[in-house]
Amino acid sequence: MVEFLQHVVNGLSLGAIYALIALGYTMVYGVLKLINFAHGDVFMLGGIFGFYASAKWSSEAKDPTFLGAILVSLVVMALCGLIGFAIERIAYRPLRGAPRINSLITAIGVSFFLEYGGQVVFGPTPNYFGILPRREALTLGGLSVGYVDVITLAVSLLLMVVLQRVVFHSRIGLAMRAVSWNAQTASLMGINVDFIISFTFVLGSVLAAAAGLLYASKYPSVHPLMGLMPGLKAFVAAVLGGIGSVPGAMLGGLLLGLAEQLVAGYWSSSWRDAVAFALLILILLVKPSGLLGRSDAEKV
Amino acid sequence: MPARIHSLAVLCAALALSLTACKKEQGSGMVGADAKGPVVVGHVASMTGPEATFGVSSDRGFRLLFDDVNGKGGVKSRQIKLVTLDDQGKPEEAATAATRLIASDHVSVLLGEVASTRSLFMAPKAQMAKVPMMSPSSTNEKVTAAGDYIFRACFIDPFQGYVMAKFARETLKLGKVAILKDVRNDYSVGLARVFEAEFTKMGGKVVAVESFNQGDVDFKAQLTNIKAASPEAIYEPGYYTDTGLIARQAHDAGLTIPLLGGDGWDSDKLYEIGGAALEGSYFSNHYSVDDPSPRIQDFVSRYKAKFNVTPDGIAAQAYDAAGIVVDAMKRATDLSGPAIRDALAATKNFAGVTGDITMDANRNPVKPAVVLKIGKGGKYEFVTRILPEGAPAAPAPAPAAAPAAAPAK
Repeated sequence: MVEFLQHVVNGLSLGAIYALIALGYTMVYGVLKLINFAHGDVFMLGGIFGFYASAKWSSEAKDPTFLGAILVSLVVMALCGLIGFAIERIAYRPLRGAPRINSLITAIGVSFFLEYGGQVVFGPTPNYFGILPRREALTLGGLSVGYVDVITLAVSLLLMVVLQRVVFHSRIGLAMRAVSWNAQTASLMGINVDFIISFTFVLGSVLAAAAGLLYASKYPSVHPLMGLMPGLKAFVAAVLGGIGSVPGAMLGGLLLGLAEQLVAGYWSSSWRDAVAFALLILILLVKPSGLLGRSDAEKV
Repeated sequence: MPARIHSLAVLCAALALSLTACKKEQGSGMVGADAKGPVVVGHVASMTGPEATFGVSSDRGFRLLFDDVNGKGGVKSRQIKLVTLDDQGKPEEAATAATRLIASDHVSVLLGEVASTRSLFMAPKAQMAKVPMMSPSSTNEKVTAAGDYIFRACFIDPFQGYVMAKFARETLKLGKVAILKDVRNDYSVGLARVFEAEFTKMGGKVVAVESFNQGDVDFKAQLTNIKAASPEAIYEPGYYTDTGLIARQAHDAGLTIPLLGGDGWDSDKLYEIGGAALEGSYFSNHYSVDDPSPRIQDFVSRYKAKFNVTPDGIAAQAYDAAGIVVDAMKRATDLSGPAIRDALAATKNFAGVTGDITMDANRNPVKPAVVLKIGKGGKYEFVTRILPEGAPAAPAPAPAAAPAAAPAK
């Protein structure tokens, strides 16, 4: 029983990170109907910037403090927000009127550009960093929860609550939902669609940066290809939950994290990724719009 | 339009020029290979990537020795020129680099790789071209079985697995051990297999066997299962990047038992990643920096003077590998592939930093291993030296390791 609970705790803390990344996929898809494959690489940049920023303000060598960690996080999130803005402005906006497949291929191109450009700029060698002060794991009975896991869960939940407020209880959130429903009509109602799309990218990238920092604190090894698998899995999580649905992305992320840990725990770690993707196929077979996705009537 | 024709003409001219330039270069290269020019030695290494310190340390070890030999007039009064190509830690890249060194640099000897998987990718290329290949640190048995031109300067996996099993059972007096192995890595699988067989034979019990894939970052599920089996230590023969992450997560999972490992741990990055979670763990290695013997201390001080860091085991292995190669070149009748091969195969009691080295019939050296403990602040402490089973000069290291473990291939 303790073992099972341990797998669940591990799964939730990993799932929370997937959920944070999945939110970016799902929001961009909501407003643009675009699968932004470069999103996993913004997550990677979060980790890498974190490494450089922490060397300056709060590295393990210099006895990190919570204040330093917060400072590093804010700087990195701002930087990644900027990069998200730039990606949309430079790569996607000129293709706004083009067929959807063009944007999709561009997204893959941007992703490769960031991954391999990153190898040139930062080098392919992994770097290690910890921005959080070291603390012992918490133990409850036989259960042992790493304190980084506690922070991961707390920070992701906090960010998700904030996001929920922004999307469903603010004017800009209303505008986002309007653009997502029908961009043309929204623009007729006086909504600046370009601004809303930029805002969505920035918001998604900030969350990805936070996820990158949390991931790197949990697994302290950052390199330019680290965004590949988490990015893909977060995409799976977004589709699982119903792409375009914000609560769906959260649910999908948590489910995927749980599934992975349980498979690795009771079966074999080699099957972990295979199961993640098999799960995607199964869910799509049964419920093509995802768990919480709405199925729009096809406009003819 | 005229502009385009113009640029086309320029392109043609440039192409023609570069072609003749190539030809000339190749020509001079050929001359170099025959007579008075330098002897070219190729090195394939992971100079970047997740195992970057392996490549960098090896290259430094080679350079230290070759510079020394060149300073004393070279070999057969010719200078040695080392050409290093980076494979980024990718097996396919290693094979490509080996082909390039053989085909276009006309190397006399091929050095590399540290990782067994990558050496296995290179070996067929060297064997086919009849260029002797010397791996400084690939410990998987299969590497030298690839052909009679493939040598190594280190002991092999069965011996390393045997050393740790013996140490765990006899020195640490452990009864229950769990194994966590990297199933995508020939080296890790080999060590784990022999360890399990030997440890069981010595009366110990392996209570859990879990696996991971190189590059994984999450080991929580496996560690949770291992914890449930309540072992007294975990044998984790992986590379340093994975090991560091595993140590941290084991610590977080409430496992305070020591980790045991092999020479794949040997890197100054290990402690950088794993930190204090690694203190109290043990691994088998090729030599100890603290060994007071003058042979080792002389090497350590010269290495420090040149590169400003303490040499790790990988560097010492490379230094010995280069030493064996130079020794063979001196004894060889000429510097052709077959002549150097024969001389390498005849290596006997070569006085290396990592021990006295004699090649056995399978082109594997016979020599001792050391066990190191990771102490406070990541300092490696020498614990014990373990000799191959039977006489130190037995024809094959740890012969007993093989039958139970490996159904001969």
